Amino acid sequence: MNGHTLWLRARIIRAIRCFFWDRGFLEVETPLLIPANAPEEYINPISPLPWQLQTSPELCMKRLLCRGHKRLFQISHCWRAEERGQNHLSEFTMLEWYRADSDYNALIDDCQELLQHIAKACLVDSPVYHYNRAAIDPFAPWAKISVQEAFLRFSNTSVWSCLEKGIYEEILTEVIEPALTVFSMPVILTDYPAELAALSRLKPGQPELAERFELYLAGLELANGFSELNDAAEQRKRFEEANQLRIKDGRHALPLPERFLDELDAMPPSAGIAMGIDRLVMLAAGAESIDEVVAFTPEQL
Amino acid sequence: MYTVADLKKGLKITLDGDPYLVVAFDFVKPGKGQALYRTKMRNMINGTLLDRTYRSGETFESANLEDRQMEYLYKEGTHYTFMDQATYEQVVMEEETLGDAKNFLLENLKVDVMLFGEKAIGVSLPNFVNLRVTATEQWAKGDTSGNDSKPATVETGYVLRVPPFIEEGELIVIDTRNGEYSTRVKG
Repeated sequence: MNGHTLWLRARIIRAIRCFFWDRGFLEVETPLLIPANAPEEYINPISPLPWQLQTSPELCMKRLLCRGHKRLFQISHCWRAEERGQNHLSEFTMLEWYRADSDYNALIDDCQELLQHIAKACLVDSPVYHYNRAAIDPFAPWAKISVQEAFLRFSNTSVWSCLEKGIYEEILTEVIEPALTVFSMPVILTDYPAELAALSRLKPGQPELAERFELYLAGLELANGFSELNDAAEQRKRFEEANQLRIKDGRHALPLPERFLDELDAMPPSAGIAMGIDRLVMLAAGAESIDEVVAFTPEQL
Repeated sequence: MYTVADLKKGLKITLDGDPYLVVAFDFVKPGKGQALYRTKMRNMINGTLLDRTYRSGETFESANLEDRQMEYLYKEGTHYTFMDQATYEQVVMEEETLGDAKNFLLENLKVDVMLFGEKAIGVSLPNFVNLRVTATEQWAKGDTSGNDSKPATVETGYVLRVPPFIEEGELIVIDTRNGEYSTRVKG
């Protein structure tokens, strides 16, 4: 990565901090080495035994919401085993923020303001993001499409039948995400099937859907946000189900985050979101690979 | 045995009984979803390209490839025969499989034969081979036509461009990587 991109990265991180400080968010730092992450079917933690490196700061951030904090953000490193590709690093930098007494709609508004703020502050000459030769204007009205509608419109299949046949990931990455590259504004893909949102609240009156959304720019997934589940019994059940699926798939079960589950019922209705800082820098720098926006890749160490 | 975590450019695996070289690879993982490993592979026998997507947990047989030094013996029709001088084991390769290498094969030349199990699937030549010119036009002294090369046929039947001063019966050095004339063997 060249010095120019390192400076751009630093300016973006400074702009993110200003953005949240100006809006009354408390910046926090929670431990990176923790006894248990949220067990998820397809996320594998790195374990310097007997604890694990965080795969996300989610659980500690929610415990701070339980203690009465209303607005929190954190920029921290996260680790996920065996994830390495053009847009993936096993160790990456994540921005997460949480709002008590809000749902996922408030986060979509935050995303819009944040991407506009960063474009204005860091991309002075041309406040647009770039990926795969496409230019994305954060000031244009954003597109919002439900996951069900996206599957019907772009792949002529129903998301439910894709899930049933076990081809959800293939259709999403080979058909839906490429179809999102034609949008010249950010796209919100929203209302995911409930089974794809282990920590989120279900949509009132539509229990087959979760209040979860993903933010895409030029087909690149940038952020994942949702209205948070704050029912400890239901959360424990979902963690246990994830572990059952892991065992069925020949992988070991993960320990449950007991302290988090003990406190979860005290969490007010909240919404939280995770945004990949490395990918945000990629979009700002017009980089083709995540390798271009970090000081060192694992292969360089 | 390899797992999807071993996949990378340059890996050689066996698929449906044929050896494949991974020529492109990407890891994709939609949010909260299962990881997919997208590969593009080249069949090392017939060169066809194949796109395959794998999921975590899938495994591959490694391609059991071996480079063995052998001597080129003779050609019969479109069959080329090589022999391992240590074991006297012989392998036969089709002209099509040899590709351009056939232009530089002179009896008794030592080459590296790539074996996939028992089957010979390619040869690596020395970078330079010496071959005798069997036919080329005489260079007219004082030719001012400006041509700085002329065609010449060497003993394998291969035709290439050589400098005007090369004569029939001369031994020349050819670069096997690009098939071009390199220099003249003195004496």
